Amino acid sequence: MDILFPILTVGILGIFLGVIIGIVAKVFAVDIDERIEQVEEMLPGANCGGCGFAGCADFAKGVVAGKATPAGCPVCSPEDVVAISEYLGIAAEEKEKMVALVRCSGDIPNTVRSLYNGVRDCRSAVLVAGGAKGCDYGCLGFGSCAEACPFGAIEIRNGLAVVHKELCVGCENCVAACPKNLITMVPASAATHVYCNSPEKGAVKRKVCKTACIACRKCVKASGEEDYMEIDGFLVRSNYENPPPASLVEAAGCPTSALRVDTEHIKGAYGGASK
Amino acid sequence: MNEFLVITIGAILVNNFVLSKFLGVCPFLGVSKKLDTALGMSGAVIFVMTLASLVSSIINQLLLVPMKLQYLQTLVFIVVIASLVQLVEIMLQKLSAKLYESLGIFLPLITTNCAVLGAVVLNAKSAPESVQSTWYGATIYGFCSALGFALALILFSSLREKLDLAKVPEAFEGTAISLVTAGILAMAFLGFSGLV
Repeated sequence: MDILFPILTVGILGIFLGVIIGIVAKVFAVDIDERIEQVEEMLPGANCGGCGFAGCADFAKGVVAGKATPAGCPVCSPEDVVAISEYLGIAAEEKEKMVALVRCSGDIPNTVRSLYNGVRDCRSAVLVAGGAKGCDYGCLGFGSCAEACPFGAIEIRNGLAVVHKELCVGCENCVAACPKNLITMVPASAATHVYCNSPEKGAVKRKVCKTACIACRKCVKASGEEDYMEIDGFLVRSNYENPPPASLVEAAGCPTSALRVDTEHIKGAYGGASK
Repeated sequence: MNEFLVITIGAILVNNFVLSKFLGVCPFLGVSKKLDTALGMSGAVIFVMTLASLVSSIINQLLLVPMKLQYLQTLVFIVVIASLVQLVEIMLQKLSAKLYESLGIFLPLITTNCAVLGAVVLNAKSAPESVQSTWYGATIYGFCSALGFALALILFSSLREKLDLAKVPEAFEGTAISLVTAGILAMAFLGFSGLV
């Protein structure tokens, strides 16, 4: 019997307060624009923050208020964008899907490394003389970007971060996480990239990494009249206005294999291969 | 009458909830970046704390003490505070959407604000007899405690707004200098300790 009173007291009190809250909620009900709820339901609900809003709910509010366009959501597929635009009766914007690219091909067999016993995190490692890698600009491979990716699109393989393009939605969380600023956003349709980001001279790079871009310009010559590649100091980059085709890799015969097709790169097909 | 003056000054200055009891430090640091959010939060806390003190004191005296269920105090008070915050939230959303938006996450956080629970529990347990046994005593004590909280929050937010413009050594920037300032403010409030 002793236990009955306390249980009854707390139970009745809880029910009583619950009823009061229910009544007040009915009386003070606020009309919320139902379009916001609808748009939120049509969004992927990843809450990745890639759109610049606090989350999907906030973004939906922004879209309905006209402060953002549906295409501003990096995770939405083009069909989603069209569906939301149609629902709200606004013109759908075309958007090119962007994916992350880690501009480094220096995995363990290809690079010079020194011992590092610290915290297994790129941002911590950078504080110790820039990280335990011969190349000051290369991927440290502790996976800070992979941790930041809510979609599991980044894999650390042989001490190198590689992006699974089909999983990447372009939320740019990894871009902010990388202390070396290695990750850039590139159009998903582009397949051929230069996997190097070091602005050092070719000879300096080659001492610490077998797969560095030495700016020999073979790829530039192989692209002929077409403006596929851009020269940037001692680096060559793909021109994403006019992305190079996969066939350029074979035609150019890159001596360090820094120029790669992304599907082959992710398979590790170039592993340790320098000609 | 004299007794209530002592309670008032004691709760606001001498036994300030934030600066001498270290309760409710989370909103104290979280909402004090700008004066206007600090004012909003102070208003919400004053409202919730006064109401919570009143309601919980009535429940304590009419329900828990006669039935000898004092050991349920903490449990019951948490339920009461949570419901009150919920009520305030629903009403604010309707009555003052702007304040509701600017308070954001901190309004639900009042539910777990230990200053509010602290005030209510102290009311029932260790406050002077006049506070424990009467509903108006408890209400005044809760209201004054909340005023003390508001005073600390507003003083601190004014200091932090000044700090934004001040030249602070790099190592101290941000949270570090805020915590140092809070410490100095708490020490300043120690000066009131002989007052009551």
